[in-house]
Amino acid sequence: MCRTIFSLLVGLLIFSTAAHADELDTLLQELHSKSFSIKANVVDKLGELDDPQVINILQHMLEGELYYTKKDNVTVFAIKEKSLYSLFNARTQEPMGQVKKREIKKISVNNSLRRQLRATIANLSLFNKDPQKRLQAAEELLKNFDPEQEENIRKALEKETNSDVRDVLQSIKATIDLNSNEKSTRLAAIEYLGESLSQETINQLNGLMAKDSNGEFLEKDKEIRQAAEKAIARIESKRVWYGQVENLFFGISLGSVLLLAAIGLAITFGVMGVINMAHGEMMMLGAYTTYVIQQAFPGLLEVSLIIAIPAAFIIAGLFGIAIERTVIRHLYGRPLETLLATFGISLILQQLVRSVFSPLNRAVSTPEWMSGSWQINDALSITYSRVYIVIFSLLVLAGLMLFMKRTFFGLQMRAVTQNRPMASSMGINTGWVDAMTFGLGSGIAGIAGVALSQLTNVGPNLGQAYIVDSFMVVVFGGVGNLWGTLVGAMSLGIINKFMEPFTGSVLAKILVLIFIILFIQKRPRGLFALKGRSVED
Amino acid sequence: MLQKGIIRSILEHDKGGKILITLLLVAAVIVPVLNLLLPETSPFHLSAYNVTLWGKYLCYGLLALAVDLVWGYLGILSLGHGAFFALGGYVMGMHLMREIGSRGVYGHPLLPDFMVFLNWGELPWFWYGFDNFFFTFFMIFVVPGILAFIFGWFAFRSRVTGVYLSIITQAMTYALMLAFFRNEMGFGGNNGLTDFKDILGFSLQEDTTRSALFALSAIALIVGYLICRYITQSRAGRVATAIRDAESRVRFLGYRVEHFKLFIFVVSACLAGLAGALYVPQVGIINPSEFSPINSIEIVVWVAIGGRGTLYGAVLGAILVNYFKTWLTTAAPEIWLYFLGAIFVGVTLYFPKGLVGLLHKMKKNQKVNIAKGEAKP
Repeated sequence: MCRTIFSLLVGLLIFSTAAHADELDTLLQELHSKSFSIKANVVDKLGELDDPQVINILQHMLEGELYYTKKDNVTVFAIKEKSLYSLFNARTQEPMGQVKKREIKKISVNNSLRRQLRATIANLSLFNKDPQKRLQAAEELLKNFDPEQEENIRKALEKETNSDVRDVLQSIKATIDLNSNEKSTRLAAIEYLGESLSQETINQLNGLMAKDSNGEFLEKDKEIRQAAEKAIARIESKRVWYGQVENLFFGISLGSVLLLAAIGLAITFGVMGVINMAHGEMMMLGAYTTYVIQQAFPGLLEVSLIIAIPAAFIIAGLFGIAIERTVIRHLYGRPLETLLATFGISLILQQLVRSVFSPLNRAVSTPEWMSGSWQINDALSITYSRVYIVIFSLLVLAGLMLFMKRTFFGLQMRAVTQNRPMASSMGINTGWVDAMTFGLGSGIAGIAGVALSQLTNVGPNLGQAYIVDSFMVVVFGGVGNLWGTLVGAMSLGIINKFMEPFTGSVLAKILVLIFIILFIQKRPRGLFALKGRSVED
Repeated sequence: MLQKGIIRSILEHDKGGKILITLLLVAAVIVPVLNLLLPETSPFHLSAYNVTLWGKYLCYGLLALAVDLVWGYLGILSLGHGAFFALGGYVMGMHLMREIGSRGVYGHPLLPDFMVFLNWGELPWFWYGFDNFFFTFFMIFVVPGILAFIFGWFAFRSRVTGVYLSIITQAMTYALMLAFFRNEMGFGGNNGLTDFKDILGFSLQEDTTRSALFALSAIALIVGYLICRYITQSRAGRVATAIRDAESRVRFLGYRVEHFKLFIFVVSACLAGLAGALYVPQVGIINPSEFSPINSIEIVVWVAIGGRGTLYGAVLGAILVNYFKTWLTTAAPEIWLYFLGAIFVGVTLYFPKGLVGLLHKMKKNQKVNIAKGEAKP
C-alpha cells in the first residue's frame, strides 16, 4: 500500500516537473515571435514559473545574447567570437558548436521590454539561493521600485532568513505600506522607516509633507503627517550624530597628515632649534621619490609605496645631511639667518624639481589596497586611504620615539641638544650627531611626502602648502616635545574639521591660524612647554 | 629755512642717505622730462613702460625701507610685511574701483564689475567712503597701521620674540591671503581689483600720469627715508637699537620695551601701506597673491642683500634685486629662482652685512669711493 502511494507520488512529481519543462519549452518557442507585446506576455509568464533556469535565460535575453536557430527553432545563447557565434542550448547549456550569423536569429528587445526584464530578474533573484544575490536584487528593487511586485516581496519576506536581506525587504515593504489604505499599516510603516538612516528615506517621508500649489497638504491625515515629521526628525538626529562621528574621523585623519608633516620639523626645529624653511621641500622630495619609483617599476604598483618609504627616507635624509654640512653648520646660534638661508635652499630645490620633472603636477597612482571605502552604514563611510594614513602616522611617531629613547644614537642626540660642551667632552662627535639628527628629521619629512603623495597633487609647490601648518603644529604643541606635536596636530585637525561645516574650509583655516597666533601670545612656548634649564634661550 | 635745517640735521653723517636723496630728486625731475619732452625717436627717450617699471622699483624701495626699520633697528624679522603692503594696495585699489563709476563692463553706477558679476545687490558697508580721495589717503595709513597695532599689541605685550614672532607674522599674511581669496570677502576674490581707469580724473594710461606717479613715488621714498632716518637718530631710535641688541637689559633699565616696539612697528606698517598704494596705480592690479608668504620673504632678502640696518642699503638692495629679477625672468626664467635661492644662502653665509657692508670693507681696504656703488640705480 505504502509502496503504491510512494510510487504514485514519485510519478506525480516526475509528471509535474516534466509538465513544467514542457511549459518552459513552449514559452521559449513563443519568445521567437516578432511582436513585443507577445514577448512581454511571455516574460511575465516566465517570471511566474518556478524554474531556476529562467533567471539565466532572461539575463541573456537582456544582454541581447538570446537567439534561435533558423533551421530547427532551438532557443540558444549565442556568444560572438570574432566572426562566428558559439551556440549553447538555452535549456541544457550544452555547447552546439559555432555557426555563422545568418544561421541564427536574435530575439530582440526594446526599452520597455528591457525594463520589464530587469524587474523580473530582480524579482526572481529575491528567491535565489545565494544571499549575496538576494541582497543585490533587493537593493535594486529598493531603488527602482515597481508597485506590481508587492506580492512577490511579501512572499520573499516570509521566506527570507538572512538579516541583511530582510532589512532591505522590510524597507521596501514599508515603502509600499506607506501608500496602503489602512491607517494603522501606514503608521507602522512610518515608524519602521524612522529607524533607517538613508537620505532616500528622508526624501520619501518628505513626500508625505508635500503641499500643493494652494499651500494645502497633499496628505490629508494630520496624524500621518505628524508621524512622518517625527520620523524625519529621528532620522536626521541620527544622521547628525553619525555626521559628528565622521567629522571626528576626518579631523583625526587631517590631524595625522599634519602630524606626519610636523614630526620631521619637531626634530629639526624642536630638538635642534634650526628653523628649517626647506622642510616642506623635503616632503616634496619624498613625494617625487614615490613618483619616480612608480615610473621605474610599473609592475610593482601594489608595493610601490612600501618600497618608496625607505627610499624617500634615504634620499631626503641625504639631502638633509648635505644641507646641514654645507650651510646650516655655519649658522648655529643665528636663527634668523638660518631661516633665510634655508628658505633660499627651498627655492633652489623647488626650481630643481621644476627643471627636472616640469612645473606641472605629476600623477602618483594609488595601489588597489588603499582605494575604496568602508561603508559602515547609510550615513557613515570611511575611505581606506585615510585609515592607513592615521595608522601610518602613529607608527612613524612611535618608531621615532623608540629611536630617541632606546637607541645609543638617540641618547647621543639628546645629550648634544641638552648640553653640547658636556656631550663633547664625553667624547661625542657633536658635529656628526648634528648632521645625523638633521638627516633624521629630513628623512622623516621624506616619509611624510610618500604619504602626502596619496592625498594631494605632487608638484613643486607641495612643500609650500604644508610649511606654515607644520610650524603651527610644532609651535602649538610645544617645541622639543614629541607628545606635544601629537596633541597639537590632532587638536588642530579636529578643531579645523568641526568648524568647517559652520564656516567653510578656508575660513576655518583662517580662524585656526588666528587662534594659534593668539595662543602663542598667551603661551609662547606651546601646550607642553619644557620646564627647567633648557627653557632659557 | 627751518625745514631745511631739520633735514640737514637728519642727514648729518649720512653720506649714503645724502647720495640717495640727491639721486632720487634728480630722477624725479629727469625721468618725466626724458619721457614727456623728448620725442620717441630720440635715443634718450624713456618709454612709458620703463617709467612705470622704475616707479615700481621705487615702491619696492620704500617697502624695503619699512622692513629695514623693524629688522635692522629693532631686530624684528617680519615675514609679514607684504600684508601691510598689500593692504595699502587694496585701499588704493578700492578707490580706483570706485573711480571707474559707470564705465565698467556692466555699467553699474555704484557697484564694481565683480560685484555685479557675483549678483550682489548693494555695496558692502566697508566700501563706502572710498570714492573720496582724502578718505582713501587717510585709510592708506590707517588700515595697515591698525592691523600692525592690534598684532603688535598682542605680540609685544606677551613678549613673543625672535623666530616665533617671525613665524606668526608669516601666519598672519598667510591667513590674510586665504581670506582675500574668498569671494565672500568682497575684494574681488581670486582676481583681485583691476581694470582701473583713472586717478583723480587723470587717465592711468596717459604718459603724464605715469610720470607723475613716478615722481610721487620718488618723493614718497625721500620722505619715507627722512622719517626712518629721523626715528633711528632720535632718542627713541637709540632705545630701539638697544632693544635689538639686548632686550632684557633695556627692560631692566626701566624702558617699556613693548611701547617702543609697537610705535616703530606701526610706523613701518604705514610706510609699507603707502608703498602698496603707490604701487597699485602703476601696475594696474592688486590681487591676493601679494599676501603670499614668499613675497614677504623676498622683501627680507632685498634688505639682507643691500645691508641690514643702513636704510639706504635696503633701498639699494630692493632696486638691484628687482632689476635683476626683471632682467632674469625675461632672459632666463628658469634661472631666477636658482639665483634668488643662491643669494639667500650666499648673503647669509658670506656677506651678513650685505652690499653696503661689502662696500665699507672695500673702502677700508682699497679706499674705493662708495659713491660709485651708489650711482648704479
